[in-house]
Amino acid sequence: MINDYEIIETMKMFSQQHLDIRTITMGISLYDCCASTPEESCQKIYDKICRCAGRLVEVGEEISRKYNVPIIHKRISVTPISMIAAASGASDYTIFAKTLDRAAKDCGVNFIGGFSALVQKGYTASDKTLINSIPQALAETDFVCSSINVASTRSGINMDAVRDLGVIIKKTAEATKDSDALGCAKLVVFANAPEDNPFMAGAFLGPGEPECVINVGISGPGVVKHALEGVKGQDLGVVAETIKKAAFKITRVGELVAREASERLGVPFGIIDLSLAPTPAVGDSVARLLEEFGLETCGAWGTTAALAMLNDAVKKGGTMASSFVGGLSGAFIPVSEDEGMIAAASSGCLRLEKLEAMTCVCSVGLDMIAVPGDTTAEVISGIIADEMALGTFNNKTTAVRIIPVPGKGVGDSVEFGGLLGTAPIMPVNTASCADFIHRGGRIPAPIHSMRN
Amino acid sequence: MDKEKNTAVVTVLGRDRVGIIAGISNLLAGYDININDISQTILDDIFTMVMIVDLKDLVIEKSDISDKLKALGDELGVQITIQHTGLFNAMHRI
Repeated sequence: MINDYEIIETMKMFSQQHLDIRTITMGISLYDCCASTPEESCQKIYDKICRCAGRLVEVGEEISRKYNVPIIHKRISVTPISMIAAASGASDYTIFAKTLDRAAKDCGVNFIGGFSALVQKGYTASDKTLINSIPQALAETDFVCSSINVASTRSGINMDAVRDLGVIIKKTAEATKDSDALGCAKLVVFANAPEDNPFMAGAFLGPGEPECVINVGISGPGVVKHALEGVKGQDLGVVAETIKKAAFKITRVGELVAREASERLGVPFGIIDLSLAPTPAVGDSVARLLEEFGLETCGAWGTTAALAMLNDAVKKGGTMASSFVGGLSGAFIPVSEDEGMIAAASSGCLRLEKLEAMTCVCSVGLDMIAVPGDTTAEVISGIIADEMALGTFNNKTTAVRIIPVPGKGVGDSVEFGGLLGTAPIMPVNTASCADFIHRGGRIPAPIHSMRN
Repeated sequence: MDKEKNTAVVTVLGRDRVGIIAGISNLLAGYDININDISQTILDDIFTMVMIVDLKDLVIEKSDISDKLKALGDELGVQITIQHTGLFNAMHRI
């Protein structure tokens, strides 16, 4: 029998500590949507997405009602479009992005990911077309997210892609300058991108994934912070144990929702992504959670150690709770989407270099970072290269989602609204890396990639 | 445990006052829902009442029971929620 204390604890997690299911993401394979013309292919894509995901939102709401659990987003991820559009002969893939956008809107979801290409070892002609289409595609759609995997531990780093994406990010910023470069908030550059990630903007359905699958992303930094408030001053072993227990409970909610969604939709359950994903709401911040470890502010010395421990303990608790854990799984540190990060960055305590160090031990990378609009494409490529190196050489996922806001500089801030939040423009080391970036070519895979 | 049974937890949080149990029991009776267990306690200075109820064939998400309980809660100045027991079993039992 469940006791009253457990019931009340659960109620408080949802009502006061912002525990929620962040997203139910349906992955849909588009392999059967290749066609010899873009129009025909787009029609197949639209029909298939609507056929598979037509009931996604309705089912999400039913489950939410049954358990009185908030399910914030219902989303869709698809096979990287560069693979699907290749046969169509199109010279610009914006039409595919618009099709995804229309399908997302008609299904009632709020994001669709997969305007993507996997180019860690080199470009296909289609990958190039897709990448060149990104600025216009993101400017002319509302819900489409784009991601490019430019590096992996097995393949090394495609520095041609790193160079080109610096330019593409600048162009995307320019193409969406009326909305403060919002397009860049929907564009992620990855190393070791997971193929089953349910979180945006980096979600796509990888080539090894099934026909259709349900992946669920959970959240709950507030729950972990609250749990830590109960062990103030105690040693770090106790802290680790406390985080594990909280992560276990959070993950079990995700597992329950995922299994129920999978059953109701008649689609297999893929993975739970047990990430601590912050929102700009007070009490839902990873930065504040790190501060609960005993730091004056996020970004103080000790932040990386605290984050490393947090990330690890979340995984340990979560893997006990679900047999199928995947995606990014860990702690997210998106600056604009986290009230504590915004405060730390605005006060100057949290700088890009510290964030870079933090990305060595958490599940993502330099995420939702706004930088001055005059930051050069080469410097952006340099930031990407460094972050990709961290992922490639440390055998983990890293990502860059950077927003050079046209016409804005350090001291300004930019308001994206909703979950994307508010980003203070952060100062960037502007020393040139142009000659390095223009070399191009590939950085070979690290020696420890050879495991066979 | 209760996983296969169609049971739910009704929780009342707020200030104790006359008529809470009567109001909820009446409402539940209207849906032919039986109360299996009821307990009340003060946790962290908040009056808390927990009921385990047998839903029989009722499907929470297809019924207006959540809305009706919420409206009753608003009337009584307390927070009333109904949640399928599966949630608590998932979170608190290995």
